[in-house]
Amino acid sequence: LMTAKSLASKETVNGRCWFYSDDDDGISVYLNRELHAMNTVVAQLQTQFQDYLVSLYQQGFLDNQFTELRKLQDEGTPDFVAEVVSLFFDDCSKLINSMSRSLERPENVDFKQVDSGVHQLKGSSSSVGARRVKNVCISFKECCDVQNREGCLRCLQQVDYEYKMLKTKLQDLFNLEKQIVQAGGAIPQHFPSYTILRPDIRPCLDA
Amino acid sequence: MVCEMETDQIEEMDVEVLSSMWPDDVGTQADNQFNVEKPAGDSDTLKEVDIAEKRTMADLKRLPELLNTTDQGSSQLTNLVRQWEYMQDHAVRLLREELKILTRQREEAEAKELKIIEEHNFETEEPENVPVLDETSHLFRRFRQKKRDELVDSKRVVIDEEFDTVAYWKQKALSLEKMLEASTERERRLIEKLNESLKTMESHSAPVEELTQNLKRAEGFLHFILQNAPIVMGHQDKDLRYLFIYNKFPSLREQDILGKTDVEIFHGGGVKESEDFKREVLEKGKASKREITFETELFGSKTFLIYVEPVYNKAREKIGINYMGMEVTDQVRKREKMAKLREDNAVRKAMESELTKTIHITEETMRAKQMLATMSHEIRSPLSGVVGMAEILSTTKLDKEQRQLLNVMISSGDLVLQLINDILDLSKVESGVMKLEATKFRPREVVKHVLQTAAASLKKDLTLEGNIADEVPILVVGDVLRIRQILTNLISNAIKFTHRGKVGIKLKVISEPSFASDKEQNETSVWICCDVYDTGIGIPENALPCLFKKYMQASADHARKYGGTGLGLAICKQLVELMGGQLTVTSQVNLGSTFTFILPYKVATSDDHSDDQDEFSDMVDHHQPEPDDTTEGYFQFKALHGSIYSNGGPVMGSNFLPHKAMLTSPIKLINGSVADPSNSSGQSQTVQVENGGYMDESESAHQYGNGNGHRCSSKESESCSSSQASSEMESELTVSSPREEEKTETEVKETSQQPKILLVEDNKINIMVAKSMMKQLGYTMDIANNGVEAINAVKDTSYDLVLMDVCMPVMDGLKATRLIRSYEESGNWDAAIEAGVDIKTSESEQGCERSTDRLPIVAMTANTLAESSEECYANGMDSFISKPVTLQKLKECLQQYLQ
Repeated sequence: LMTAKSLASKETVNGRCWFYSDDDDGISVYLNRELHAMNTVVAQLQTQFQDYLVSLYQQGFLDNQFTELRKLQDEGTPDFVAEVVSLFFDDCSKLINSMSRSLERPENVDFKQVDSGVHQLKGSSSSVGARRVKNVCISFKECCDVQNREGCLRCLQQVDYEYKMLKTKLQDLFNLEKQIVQAGGAIPQHFPSYTILRPDIRPCLDA
Repeated sequence: MVCEMETDQIEEMDVEVLSSMWPDDVGTQADNQFNVEKPAGDSDTLKEVDIAEKRTMADLKRLPELLNTTDQGSSQLTNLVRQWEYMQDHAVRLLREELKILTRQREEAEAKELKIIEEHNFETEEPENVPVLDETSHLFRRFRQKKRDELVDSKRVVIDEEFDTVAYWKQKALSLEKMLEASTERERRLIEKLNESLKTMESHSAPVEELTQNLKRAEGFLHFILQNAPIVMGHQDKDLRYLFIYNKFPSLREQDILGKTDVEIFHGGGVKESEDFKREVLEKGKASKREITFETELFGSKTFLIYVEPVYNKAREKIGINYMGMEVTDQVRKREKMAKLREDNAVRKAMESELTKTIHITEETMRAKQMLATMSHEIRSPLSGVVGMAEILSTTKLDKEQRQLLNVMISSGDLVLQLINDILDLSKVESGVMKLEATKFRPREVVKHVLQTAAASLKKDLTLEGNIADEVPILVVGDVLRIRQILTNLISNAIKFTHRGKVGIKLKVISEPSFASDKEQNETSVWICCDVYDTGIGIPENALPCLFKKYMQASADHARKYGGTGLGLAICKQLVELMGGQLTVTSQVNLGSTFTFILPYKVATSDDHSDDQDEFSDMVDHHQPEPDDTTEGYFQFKALHGSIYSNGGPVMGSNFLPHKAMLTSPIKLINGSVADPSNSSGQSQTVQVENGGYMDESESAHQYGNGNGHRCSSKESESCSSSQASSEMESELTVSSPREEEKTETEVKETSQQPKILLVEDNKINIMVAKSMMKQLGYTMDIANNGVEAINAVKDTSYDLVLMDVCMPVMDGLKATRLIRSYEESGNWDAAIEAGVDIKTSESEQGCERSTDRLPIVAMTANTLAESSEECYANGMDSFISKPVTLQKLKECLQQYLQ
């Protein structure tokens, strides 16, 4: 049989180290591209994204249901979370408007109307994992049950504040996401569950 | 010395009894007497003799005893005597010895004295002084002698007579006369002597003559030297005409030279130069040396070292030159040779050092390569571990996100592994370690399997075809693993760069190519040319040369677009060359490329199946051997687009890892229509189950394992029932996690009869989320926005499960549930109508006649006081899910109620 020696000697005469290729498409580029897909920009954005998300959990804006929501997002529905969340915010704004109208006149408050709105809001916020909104809703409902218009108004204000707050936060998050995608990176999917980080603390309300 | 003497004594004592210096009798007598009286030495002996017994009367009995003891005593006495004699002798001997020594010493002393005296005698003998006298001293001595004689003569005149008497005067006159006589006599003798000397003077002739002679000798010597010296010497006048010359060229006569110049005498190279040199010296007035090579007709080519010095007269005027020439041709030649040698040496040394450097570099290179190989190897083992563990991990219960991460991990690991394997392959080939194996194999099968494998992982709409010429032997011998590696590499390469059209392999037998070395050929060899062609993007001409280089791809763009290590082709080329073949490529941009490799194979004579059995045991269907497999010359495979086949799975054997299946995006499982004809109408005929990909892996893998997969997909007519496949899969599936089994079981059940689910929920967001979750779990569902809608939906369709929100506008979930239960009990919707529900009495009224099985209704509660679980149960709900709904909760619920 043929020996490999001849080949080896040929290579030796050539005298070049074969792996010191000048080729720009050499191994390093390849590795960079294929294996370390995240270049520094992407990596930075990803870190930023992660950190931001974590902070949202830690500050109680979001809870594990949001994680659930993110799990449902896949290639088929790449904007699922954003869609749901924007629907939620639209809902919020509509419901808050209607509730504030109901609570407008102090002598004739349709608490039933308000209650239904709060229930709706509570369900939605719970579904999307908007934890602070949900918590306010719980207090709101209690106020509603005892027909405490003052409390209701305060809660309404708070809900309004919270959902707008969350809206800006999530908008930032989605912007980051968009940037990562534009930079060619993948959105970090995995992050620890933060449910146990903070017990539910309801906003302090006057009795 | 003493010791020696003693031993001597003892010997002598034994051998002979020397006569003592004393009279024997006297000594012995005295000794004996003395001995008897005073037995000094041996008291023990005497004691023995002493009889301790009491003296008794002498009797006969006692007598012999006495006699006996007497005998003893006498014998002892004799012994004593003898002992004394010995001692005496001993003393005598000692004395004699002493005497002897003394005598000897005296003799020695005497001899010494004599010697000293003799020495002294020699010393006193004065050596004779032999003065070496030269002639002058001889003369001088003679003169001195004469003078002494004179002195002897001139003794004072002694006159005995009284002063101033006649006698005195007479006497004085007499003595004076005598003195005169003596003086005259002396004068005469002196004259004689003078004459004598004059005579000898004449006989000695003159010293001039002697000197002249000497001079002549010296001249002769000089002449001899000059004439025999190996140098030419000459004297030339101002005009450089020869006045004298020694050692002229033998064939020239003196008259040919004298009075002539060099130029006049000689012709040829160097003559002019020497003439000029001489003139230069003459002008400058300084002696100088020069080496000049002459090229004359007279004596050919000769080199002379010429020394020229100017000659001055007493007035310090230059009158000519002295010139000396020595032939140094040989020396010059030698010198030149030496120089050349030295030069050669230097060159050789330089080359040597260069070579050493090269060797060093080569060694370094080899070492570096070796290191890379070692490193790669070292990396490979742990990496295999990582990938393997990841694979195992992928069979465990994971959520989608984790699975995605894991898939990325596995694919990355796989890439690195591939890269490392490539590097190892390359370095193996380069270092000559790679060994080829000769196994029998069927080229047709190899081609078919390579294509099959490629088709299995094909994600493009491509046709793969194989075309094997009839003359290609059924069975050949070669390294099938390597050949398959090459084919697989080339095919996957072709597929990578081809987007439409076809990719194929063509085998044909060709005549022996020119590059083949004759040695390795024998009669049973056959050269097979293998074309791997595609209709892909092609390769620009300028990129062809670097195509087979390592890490090279046609262009940077390609590398970015298509990825890959750029090692594949390099390995292919090296493998082909290792096997004694050749790999070439032709290509046209946008039309396609053809990679051609030609390899020699030995034709296997016997159709022994055992050899290649192992090779293909993983692919060949043993249960259903295809009869035309061995001779079939054409195969075609189509991409299994959109089908359940998304991977090559275990088919690939060693070349591909089964976990590749994970890399594909969620696979659509089209199922049901053929398998379940009963469910052939309506929307549920084809149910799309979208899933995480992993679920289908085992199934598709199985179908490949079954060997029928391709047939099914390529020949549409042949039915391939998935249920059959599934059942077989269940029986054959060995490595599978509990979850997967459970999953697949669920799948099988559900695909045959997709469950119908109703979600009653008013919150749009909740609907959206729940729907998405259902989709992820592989279900679809209908939606009702409130209790009334729910009742209408339930009335029209038979649901397998209802998910009911509790708190809803129009009619809440509790009431709706109550009404549904009431219908189930009564068989009519009266209660609902009573409650004000607008029951749409549609044409499908017969829906009421359906079975009144209890419909599972699961409440979705917000977990508030108003929506307590007790209330739910009280209103006829079967279970509840607390909001917000999560995937896990939903899944558990579905598992519980959709069994």
